Amino acid sequence: MKYMLTLFGPEGGMEDASPEEMKAEMDGWAAFSQETVDKGAFVAGEGLQPSSTATTVRIPGDGGERSVTDGPFAESKEQLGGFYLLECKDLDEALEWAKRIPLRAGAIEVRPVMVFDTP
Amino acid sequence: MKYLYTFYAEERVMESGSEEQMSDALARWSAFDREATDAGVMIACEPLQPSGTATTIHRDANGVRTTTDGPFAESKEQLAGFCLLDCKSDEDALEWASKIPIQLNAWIELRAVLDLSQYGYESATLTPAAA
Amino acid sequence: MLGDFDLAEEAVQEAFVVALERWARDGIPDNPGAWITRVARNKAIDRLRRERTLDVKREVLEGLERLAPTSEEIEEKAEPDLSDDRLRLIFTCCHPALRPQARVALTLRTLGGLTTAEIASAFLASEATMAQRLVRAKGKIRDARIPYEVPSAEQLPERLTSVLATLYLIFNEGYFASSSDALIRTELADEAIRLTRVLVATLPDDAESRALLALMLLQHSRRRARLDEQGEMVLLGDQDRTLWDRAQIEEGLAGVEALAGVVGPYSIQARIAAEHARAAYAEDTDWRRIGLLYGQLTRIQPSPVIDLNRAIAVAMHEGPEAGLRLIDEIQGLNRYAPFHVSRADLLQRLGRDAEAVAAYRAGLELSTNPVQRAFLEKRIDELSG
Repeated sequence: MKYMLTLFGPEGGMEDASPEEMKAEMDGWAAFSQETVDKGAFVAGEGLQPSSTATTVRIPGDGGERSVTDGPFAESKEQLGGFYLLECKDLDEALEWAKRIPLRAGAIEVRPVMVFDTP
Repeated sequence: MKYLYTFYAEERVMESGSEEQMSDALARWSAFDREATDAGVMIACEPLQPSGTATTIHRDANGVRTTTDGPFAESKEQLAGFCLLDCKSDEDALEWASKIPIQLNAWIELRAVLDLSQYGYESATLTPAAA
Repeated sequence: MLGDFDLAEEAVQEAFVVALERWARDGIPDNPGAWITRVARNKAIDRLRRERTLDVKREVLEGLERLAPTSEEIEEKAEPDLSDDRLRLIFTCCHPALRPQARVALTLRTLGGLTTAEIASAFLASEATMAQRLVRAKGKIRDARIPYEVPSAEQLPERLTSVLATLYLIFNEGYFASSSDALIRTELADEAIRLTRVLVATLPDDAESRALLALMLLQHSRRRARLDEQGEMVLLGDQDRTLWDRAQIEEGLAGVEALAGVVGPYSIQARIAAEHARAAYAEDTDWRRIGLLYGQLTRIQPSPVIDLNRAIAVAMHEGPEAGLRLIDEIQGLNRYAPFHVSRADLLQRLGRDAEAVAAYRAGLELSTNPVQRAFLEKRIDELSG
């Protein structure tokens, strides 16, 4: 079953990083991604551009016209920074991966995707 | 360029749909899926189970981990699903947003992914061209 | 091997019925183990009485009625398949992806055999709320695919922490029994002890599980002395120690001895409880050692509540002035009744009555336990009168 791991944390923090620090950070992520690929769990995974670059489309429930605004859906201190979509046997496997993600501080939400076919 | 679309909606509303509404929604999503796949932009598109099935791992500044039952944010509008599309441009991405067949009271947040190829890092996500 | 949690739950209940039927036929074994709890036994007796198809011997029924949970070693070998299932169930029910109250409810329902109504009454919740809690928890196990299995060796330490915390939560609900619902609350404490025994029997190498059992036994040994004839609370220092359960103390102390040099949160707490148990009279308590143990505990598991307990121990050893100085340094316990009550007690001992009354009032405002409230009101009256 696939699990969506969404990564939350305060944005920025790498502006003052030295090239070595940047490289160490990137290497950590690359190594984690590669591990999930090697174990056959990786389906998709990406870091996201900052929330200030986001665009939000509003769909009113009454079937009216959609509207487009600049900015993220929610103005909050901790934003969605990236995600991994992983194929896992069960929640424990998904949680094990989540614990190894090299996120410095913040949170990782682990949620199963909807499955429609009946067993 | 890859773009992530995240859909937010009120959970109670989503679960209160009739059978007819459900199968209608499934048909519309299948159609969108096909169109995006034929156009060569579809990478992934999934609805998520309700926030009650979520588990969150918090990591504080000291690296201490805590596991809790529930989603990251306790709010009325929850992440309901997402799409990852490989589009030619920001305009193209916005064009595809308008095709996403959400009908209930919802929001779609659209954001480009980080492209780190200039630093020599390639994402492991397979794009339709590479798949 | 069962892959479905619901099926496993049914299997445990079913196996219990099978065991009963076998005993009805062949007689009760000498050592039935801790399978039978008072609650489950009463249900079994009801069922056997109703089952007219079973040729139940009168002696068997009477034998069942005489059964009480004992401190014998659990005969795990008698039901090997069941012990695997029980272990899997304990770890699934206590999974960290479930919230603590859900773990407690699920454990009591699935492994304790309590009905939803019984659990609801023990936690002062409505039956509907409790039923919802259980449905939601089982839904999460199913939908998020919480696996029905014993964790791997790498995951075991972290997962055991969750199990032990749940068992101790169940025990503490039973420990703070009020006089009006003393019966069901004692059942909870007994149930927690029984489940911890099951855990220890199946994972004998885990020191913290053994430590938790010792801690529970030592705390539970004091239950008959905690309330006086009027049903009012009696502090540890004032308790009639002849009412303490000597058999449980012996077993608890032996458990602590067997811990040797192990350092862990439950091990340290068990050693503290052992210090109280060893003192024939309150005056003989080694408060200096207790203070040192709390100091050790706060280093591995920093918490203002532990700091509070350490301050109390220091007050007993070095005098109320020293204890009060430590208490006044503690941050974050303003919504915690025992913080104010402890401050009040020390202030009272120093003769600072007005300040003591204010502190007792602060504690009263935060206290929900009727027995404790009566105690605090009495203290306020005594000082104000």
